[in-house]
Amino acid sequence: MSKLTLDDLRKLRDDKKKSMSQRDSEGKRGEIIIGMGTCGIAAGAKVAFDAMLDEMEKVGVTDISIKQTGCMGLCFSEPTVEVSTSDMPHVVYGNVDEETARRIVRDHLVGKALVSDHIFDKPSIDIINPAGN
Amino acid sequence: MKLIELEINGIPVSVEAGTTILDAAKQVGVKIPTLCYHADLEPWAACGICVVKAEGSPKMLRACATTVAPGMKIITHDPEIVQVRRTVLELTLSTHPNDCLKCGRNGNCELQTLSEEFGIREIPYEHRVNEIPIDNTTGSIVLNPEKCIKCGRCAKVCQDMQNVWALEFIGRGDDTRIAPAADVTLEESPCIKCGQCSAHCPVGAIYENDQTQTVWNAIREGEKHCVVQIAPAVRVAIGEAFGMEPGEIMTGQLYAALRRIGFDAVFDTNFSADLTIIEEGNEFVKRFTGGGVMPQITSCCPSWTDYMEKYATDFIPNFSSAKSPQQMLGAMAKTYYAEQSKVEAEDMFVVSVMPCTAKKFEVSRCESMGASGFQDVDVSITTRELARMIKQAGIDFNRLPEEEADHLLGDYSGAGTIFGVTGGVMEAALRSAYFLITKEDLEDVNFMEVRGMEGVKSAEIDIKGTKVRVAVAHQMGNVEALLNEIRAARDAGEETPYHFIEVMACRGGCIGGGGQPHGATDEIRAKRTAGIYSDDEKSVQRCSHHNPMITKIYKEFLGEPLGHKAHELLHTDYQEREVYKK
Amino acid sequence: MAYKNYILICAGTACESNKGIALYDALEKEIKAAGLESEVQLVKTGCFGFCSEGPIVKILPDESFYVRVKPEDAKEIISEHMVKGRKVERLLYKEIGAEKASEEIGFYHKQFRIVLRNCAVINPEIIDEYIARDGYAAIEKALFELTPDDVLQEIKDSGLRGRGGAGFPTGMKWGFTKGTDADQKYIVCNADEGDPGAYMDRSVLEGDPHSVLEAMSIAGYTVGANKGFIYIRAEYPLAIDRLNLAIKQAKEYGLLGDNILGTDFSFDIELRLGAGAFVCGEETALLASIEGNRGMPIPRPPFPAVKGLWGKPTVINNVETWANIPVILLKGSKWFSSIGTETSKGTKVFALTGKVNNIGLIEVPMGTTLREIIYEVGGGIASGKPFKAAQTGGPSGGCITPQFLDTPIDYESLQSIGSMMGSGGMIVMDEDDCIVDVTKFYLEFTVDESCGKCAPCRIGGRTCYNILDRFTKGQGKMEDLQQLKDISLAMRKASLCGLGQTASNPIMSTLKYFPEEYRAHIEDNTCPAGKCKDMITFTINDKCIGCTACARVCPVNCIEGKVKEAHVIDQAACIKCGQCFNTCKFDAIDRV
Repeated sequence: MSKLTLDDLRKLRDDKKKSMSQRDSEGKRGEIIIGMGTCGIAAGAKVAFDAMLDEMEKVGVTDISIKQTGCMGLCFSEPTVEVSTSDMPHVVYGNVDEETARRIVRDHLVGKALVSDHIFDKPSIDIINPAGN
Repeated sequence: MKLIELEINGIPVSVEAGTTILDAAKQVGVKIPTLCYHADLEPWAACGICVVKAEGSPKMLRACATTVAPGMKIITHDPEIVQVRRTVLELTLSTHPNDCLKCGRNGNCELQTLSEEFGIREIPYEHRVNEIPIDNTTGSIVLNPEKCIKCGRCAKVCQDMQNVWALEFIGRGDDTRIAPAADVTLEESPCIKCGQCSAHCPVGAIYENDQTQTVWNAIREGEKHCVVQIAPAVRVAIGEAFGMEPGEIMTGQLYAALRRIGFDAVFDTNFSADLTIIEEGNEFVKRFTGGGVMPQITSCCPSWTDYMEKYATDFIPNFSSAKSPQQMLGAMAKTYYAEQSKVEAEDMFVVSVMPCTAKKFEVSRCESMGASGFQDVDVSITTRELARMIKQAGIDFNRLPEEEADHLLGDYSGAGTIFGVTGGVMEAALRSAYFLITKEDLEDVNFMEVRGMEGVKSAEIDIKGTKVRVAVAHQMGNVEALLNEIRAARDAGEETPYHFIEVMACRGGCIGGGGQPHGATDEIRAKRTAGIYSDDEKSVQRCSHHNPMITKIYKEFLGEPLGHKAHELLHTDYQEREVYKK
Repeated sequence: MAYKNYILICAGTACESNKGIALYDALEKEIKAAGLESEVQLVKTGCFGFCSEGPIVKILPDESFYVRVKPEDAKEIISEHMVKGRKVERLLYKEIGAEKASEEIGFYHKQFRIVLRNCAVINPEIIDEYIARDGYAAIEKALFELTPDDVLQEIKDSGLRGRGGAGFPTGMKWGFTKGTDADQKYIVCNADEGDPGAYMDRSVLEGDPHSVLEAMSIAGYTVGANKGFIYIRAEYPLAIDRLNLAIKQAKEYGLLGDNILGTDFSFDIELRLGAGAFVCGEETALLASIEGNRGMPIPRPPFPAVKGLWGKPTVINNVETWANIPVILLKGSKWFSSIGTETSKGTKVFALTGKVNNIGLIEVPMGTTLREIIYEVGGGIASGKPFKAAQTGGPSGGCITPQFLDTPIDYESLQSIGSMMGSGGMIVMDEDDCIVDVTKFYLEFTVDESCGKCAPCRIGGRTCYNILDRFTKGQGKMEDLQQLKDISLAMRKASLCGLGQTASNPIMSTLKYFPEEYRAHIEDNTCPAGKCKDMITFTINDKCIGCTACARVCPVNCIEGKVKEAHVIDQAACIKCGQCFNTCKFDAIDRV
């Protein structure tokens, strides 16, 4: 990576913005975002992460990307996993242990059904991309 | 310079910018109590006693550390402020042993004074003193952490003024205490025993190792011939312990007191200071004219030699091999005087009274301190200890008649007495070096360029065409820059910036020594200094080589300066020592 | 194939207890009856946190939010909304007083993530994602469109105040440093977050490290500094790693380091790790620590903004303050100052912990009331017991009692009721928390962390702690209360730094609002909350039927008794853990 000029930076920003908002642009149907702050890791997010990857391989899900992020604020329900796919509502799952991680892959990603008992609400609105933008 | 106008307790005050509230208050007769504050140091602002209010702010400010601002309206005493200060003092007392009656600072303690001023009658808070053992490993300075009130003066003095860093804060919270880093003992630390810590301590937490009992025992047992010598700086400060002004010359009274205490012979270190000049002056001229190691550095200050042996071993070759006046007199007492008085050296007990705690360490510094065959100086006590002995002996010091010393090792020239101030050794040496180089005597023996309180003084002295560059440093913290200057020239292969250097570890020289009466500030140091120069001016002889007793000792005993006998008895050597022994 | 609709029904404790289960069953029945099993999925969720409006039912994907739903409403929801696509207006959440259903739900809008804007959205280890979310657009704007004076004016106009606890106006602080001439200036980030239970800064650094880097560069541009330090406590290894990686990536892109974005402005940032001292969060002690000295505060004035690191003018701000800077520059000071109260602009991140349902990090606009935070965002008291007090500001703060629940939270209001904002810790207590014990806990912390330099804090803190300790052991005397007050006054007025000055806040605050609890400890020798072990005794009364449940959970096996016979607790061995008391279903254990 080399140093950016002002124009480089602006172009990079626009490109990346597009790719992050278009779920299909990289051939992916959607993405899973796992909270990997210290609280998440302490609660077992890495185990859930590994289980999810493993299950996705087992059942052959290849069109969902997995990302890591920081703390969402729902610390009491860590590990938290956000699932957003183009064909289903955008939800936040909490208390995701290994078992639940696998259920998310099987029921939500494949079966298109929400995983009962583990849904929490996203706690606040996005000020960068307010709802609808 | 524009002055800043403010009000203190409603009284208008105008002071220069940068003045603290504490100092501004002094100008209008308002005395804000302090405890950790000391004029020698940057305000540490720890104790919380000097708090005052500024109108318009709910907070309290520390008067010692806050500089004045235009229009400030300061209140120094109101019920809330007094209450807060009192609580802080009570809390401080609640962690203090409060066994004043058995303490070395009884009657001379800043905590006592504050308690008395505040009218403390009870301490409502639980009494809590952490048990910590005393450190007396150096034999010169004693650290008693149980009495420490964490004012920080000793650590700041050791770090900022002396640049030795033997003391530091260790531990945290109410386990905080002051000790060498890594909690080693003082003996294992870089401590150079200068005693400046003890001179600044407001209470009895760090003090000189009291050896008065050793002296009393020797005198009372009556078996030994007891000899005493007093240092130049003692005579202008001893009076302070008896209510006299600093700088008052009490030499004659000292001789009288010492005789009454029971010493068999009363000598004066100023004599051996003259002796030191003969030896060191000759050594210097020899080096200077013969291409010897330059610069030559004075070695009469044992804190300085200790510092050098630890921190600046690359200067060992530069040090004068001459012993300090204390040691020279001890050696002469047990040889020359022994011969003359027909007293065996092993029956002689030599005591020195010094403004210095490091002299306690010097008496057994190395083998050459026993050149007479026995330890040349048996014990060294400080001015403070002598004051206590005088009081214990029932002597009304101020009303004593003036007596004379025993002449053999007691007569001195003005050059000898100025050893007690910074620049004095240099000036004394120059007075004689002039003669040694030119074979003539000076018209005006005063060398004003090397006098004064500046940290490092330098001058180029013209000895009839021969240029001698000298430097004088005092207060250990000022030395490093000077040494680095010399090192830089040395490394670059350039000519040395100085030929002769005098170093004294204590601010102001020995008159500001670690063993002098408490409470020294620059004002007091200036008065003591003036006393010394006054003693010099009143002296019959002003130069060491004119001192008839000096001429006598060479003729009858020593032979030539730097000769064989002189070398055996009056010279020493140096070794490398560890900064930290652990 | 995905479902057409999802019905999310809140299965939190509160909603369930309010006929939530019956509602679920009713909905299930109606879905079946309408033959929509393959089109509508019924899903149980965790607590939405809006417990006062429960039971909650949320419909996705259209995001309809039904409140106070009863089992009888199930039929209408299915037939009207699911089958015909018509929302059931009367069930939709409305703001109080509104007539139409509101699109905006208080629960969502109570939280407004500015500082935490990127947390849980981006991968903090990929700089491109930060850039995509308008990252480094603020430094762009500063360098190419604004002068340092412009930036300073924006920050001043925004009304941003330091989020570390003191609340000093950030713009003013930057102004002092900008206005002081020097050959070198510094920018420092205080990431030594030391309040027990506070982790707001950690989350920002772990989840959005670039926001801090960008902000510090902006400050450097504004005041004329080209060197920054982030002083971060060593106990945050993940944040340290993320910061180091972020710095590396930013440097590779030329967004940090020499000639940023090709301009002649250079700014470098270095990390410095703390070594376990809470007092190093105090700015002068922090700077001393960076200089390699013992972390002990020095008197102010002069303030670091004028004479700081190595004697040079230094801007030192808290992580959360920094995180606000890029947004202020991009969205404007007008937008920022429209959020919050008259004197306290913007949002505040709180670590909401203690006895609430929803424990976590919340970010709310200044002016939100404590009631809204505890009951709406926090989801109410977990145990269902009455709210006793909330401790804000960590060991420097005080207790907020029920009478102040409707206080809008800002710097001034909290101070006026004897507490302070602090860095954002908020611990909620119910009647099972002993106020004396909590106060003692805070003193234990401050006493442990006191640097020891000044007498009032070093000695006074310990003396106060010992007194409180005696209270919790039943050895207190009423005269001790006066001692606490006297020492507290001396500590507040004569301590050298904020640690000592505020250490007595918990004492003064609890003495004022809970004098009865202190009196009970001292005079009655009891702990009303049942917390202070030395003063409580568990005894088994005659309701015991010998079920042995208590004996089985006792960790020290001090309960003797045969099956079906009354059991006895060996008082000498009892460690007062209370397990037996919690286990007994027959009310047979007395706690006195």
